[in-house]
Amino acid sequence: MANIKLPAHKVEELKEVCKQFDHQGSELINVLHAAQGLFGYLPAEVQELVANELNLPLAHVYGVVTFYSFFSMTPKGEFPISICMGTACYVRGAEKVLDEFKRLLNVKVGETTPDGKYSVSCLRCVGACGLAPVVTVGEKVYGRVTADDVKGIIAEYNS
Amino acid sequence: MVKGRQLNRLLFTDPETKQKVSDSKEMGFYKKQIRIALRNCGFINPENIEEYIARDGYAALGKALSEMTPEEVIKEIIASGLRGRGGGGFPTGLKWDITRKVQAEQKYVVCNADEGDPGAFMDRSILEGDPHAVLEAMAINGYCTGASKGLIYIRAEYPLAITRLKIAINQAREYGLLGNNIMGTGFDFDVEIRYGAGAFVCGEETSLIHSMEGNRGEPTVKPPFPSESGYKGMPTNVNNVETYANIPVILLEGSAWFSSIGTEKSKGTKVFALAGKVNNVGLIEVPMGITLREVIFEIGGGIKDGKKFKAVQTGGPSGGCLTEKHLDIPIDYDNLLAHGSMMGSGGMIVMDEDDCMVSMAKFYLEFTVEESCGKCAPCRIGNKRLYEMLETISEGKGTEADLTRLRNLAYVIKDTSLCGLGQTSPNPVLSTLENFQDEYNEHVKDKKCRAGQCKSLMQYVITEDLCVGCTLCSRVCPVDAIAGEKKQVHLINQELCIKCGACMDKCKFKAISIQ
Repeated sequence: MANIKLPAHKVEELKEVCKQFDHQGSELINVLHAAQGLFGYLPAEVQELVANELNLPLAHVYGVVTFYSFFSMTPKGEFPISICMGTACYVRGAEKVLDEFKRLLNVKVGETTPDGKYSVSCLRCVGACGLAPVVTVGEKVYGRVTADDVKGIIAEYNS
Repeated sequence: MVKGRQLNRLLFTDPETKQKVSDSKEMGFYKKQIRIALRNCGFINPENIEEYIARDGYAALGKALSEMTPEEVIKEIIASGLRGRGGGGFPTGLKWDITRKVQAEQKYVVCNADEGDPGAFMDRSILEGDPHAVLEAMAINGYCTGASKGLIYIRAEYPLAITRLKIAINQAREYGLLGNNIMGTGFDFDVEIRYGAGAFVCGEETSLIHSMEGNRGEPTVKPPFPSESGYKGMPTNVNNVETYANIPVILLEGSAWFSSIGTEKSKGTKVFALAGKVNNVGLIEVPMGITLREVIFEIGGGIKDGKKFKAVQTGGPSGGCLTEKHLDIPIDYDNLLAHGSMMGSGGMIVMDEDDCMVSMAKFYLEFTVEESCGKCAPCRIGNKRLYEMLETISEGKGTEADLTRLRNLAYVIKDTSLCGLGQTSPNPVLSTLENFQDEYNEHVKDKKCRAGQCKSLMQYVITEDLCVGCTLCSRVCPVDAIAGEKKQVHLINQELCIKCGACMDKCKFKAISIQ
């Protein structure tokens, strides 16, 4: 099943993490958090590795990965753009902002641009409802975003 | 304040009277609030345990450990009338008592910080602003129930709250307020953090426990309740962050004081996340029994841009929409439930005349469809079908028979789903059907959306008499759907138009309207 060659030093690091958690199956979610932090996403190869280390069936690991929206099996763009679709943001026009991102970057939600630079996703409430609608690019948060601002936000990362 | 003098320029101006307000206590936003759960938020440095201690922090734990038996503490909590702030409203003291009475080698105390409700952020604020209050209350809970281990299940989306919790836990250990032999009383209690991974259903306590065990967060049938058999099969007491934040104050001030606030069956205060189309948005903590009118028009400062109030949605995706006629009912668990909504974790979204109720119901359904764990059929399939019906209606293809089917299916899902998520998921549909029947009828019969939100049902048109031919609209149009020469009346090509509304927002002459 393995197709991608994982960098050896990262594999070692992940094994170390599993060791820290005592190879306990009940720590699966914590291990997956660490793994996603290391690799950026959770391809089948990483899941296999985790299943082996924690002595769990691969199907169980896959089941958990696909259950939680935080875990992703596809790599994100260099600048992951997330539009908050929580209720407060929605009421204040997040959909228009999302439409504008989709139109300008020509991708659908969950996709990455062909150059691997931007990916667009929706998220559920970052808890900054006072700033609605909210957009995050990587760690940076943009508040009170309007459709007009979208072009400028993309341009910031376009150099 | 500069050198003890007030700076007039920076004072808050009342939007109605245009007067400067010199004391924050006099501001409409604060006047009606009582801060119990949020007592320390913004007042102390959450990364310094000494500031918490200076404001009577850990005094309640000390009092419980040295002066009271576990039974006495539980009695006090029961007497206070505190009910679960996560939404269910189960009496907290009773829950503790059940966990205490079960015999087991190991028991667990869990703090539910998986705040998945879109639009609610009170738990995040408490954890970021006053993490020790939660730790102290968990330790008190451990003392009462006989648990020596505490677990905080927190969303991975809250990195700052996680960082501050970690700092708080380490500081509390250093000060001997967590760990072995707390305050020299022989009581052991320690806390660990567990991360969520983005699943709304994990706010349900059985799902949460499965998630902490490293499994898919699917709920199981209750009973057995977690108080009897929870984490690793052991008795587990699960409470919400805001519930915990109330505990230390109740022990210090007494149950009589706490129960003097609120209504007959709902005591104390509730934190709401006021958002949407009101002038003042943010977290508010108000006594139970306050009316929606006071919250929206006095604390919230009324509707934005002078528009007309239409509805307020409480309880998140599990709640319902309340209208004008509900504005004067006192807010408490039972009243909200009786009127087709619920307390939930305290999201409160205000909507004005520009919001379409069918779209609103559809929005919440979309959320439920995505977040349904898929274990039971009514929720997994039923909600998907509900969503499709709403979609048909909002596209103008619905019939009157659809409305009947919508209602019937909603009741079936409500009655047959396994957990709280499914049982409450049709609430947004049912409450909007109940309160905004006209609007549904318009969508179905007249193929009209009065709020202008259902894109398939509307057209942007230019009124000839008002258009001066300034070309502004054709320049902002992202798809070049507007044609017209300078100083000539412009025209929108309906086939190209993507209905983004940019032209209408830009037009200075109000020449563009929705039909």
